[in-house]
Amino acid sequence: MTHVALVYEPIDIARLVARVASPSSGAIASFLGTVREVNEGRSVTGIEYSAYEEMAEREMRQIVSDAETRFNNVAIALEHRLGDIALGDVSVAIVVCHAHRAPALDACRFVIEELKKRVPIWKREHYADGSRAWVDNRATTATREVAH
Amino acid sequence: MHVGIRLFASYADALGTRTIDATLPEGARVRDALAYIRALPGADQLPPAPLTAVNAAYAPLDHALAHGDEVALIPPVAGG
Repeated sequence: MTHVALVYEPIDIARLVARVASPSSGAIASFLGTVREVNEGRSVTGIEYSAYEEMAEREMRQIVSDAETRFNNVAIALEHRLGDIALGDVSVAIVVCHAHRAPALDACRFVIEELKKRVPIWKREHYADGSRAWVDNRATTATREVAH
Repeated sequence: MHVGIRLFASYADALGTRTIDATLPEGARVRDALAYIRALPGADQLPPAPLTAVNAAYAPLDHALAHGDEVALIPPVAGG
């Protein structure tokens, strides 16, 4: 059934699938976000994620609840990792289960797009030259819906 | 009234702290907490209209505060 968590350990995808899979499901869609080697031309060596944890968990639960309302009968597992994450590691994982593929895929997309817009999680990239910088999602999200 | 203010990520770096205890007049709103922060050293690095939250939920500037509330300034998010 529904599962939402912030974690400091590597995300176990198989465990997330096991949480939502059921005999009634004909489709399980998943999305994994991973740490990319190059961002805007700079060579990234690692990322540190931090969050306003109480609020992030609350927003993640709200997004999953919105997805359940929008796409009937989906079961969703969502985990976001915090702390230092190495290149290629999974930072976020979403697994959605439904009787059919279209709602499973659509709900998966909905959850990641909403998460990137409004969940209070921040990342600081570490670069090959030893410098660090906070980055944000505004360059890749067209509009912010949570503005005043 | 007393409210706790929490700062994160780049905003915490700008102000050099993650938590601030503020004393505000009765009837204060989120904008008054923001004005309090703006008077502190480093606050010139904050954007003109940062997102704000009260007790772990997004809240607008005219949201009325109560004693003991937790106000947070939310930098541009970067999850995913």
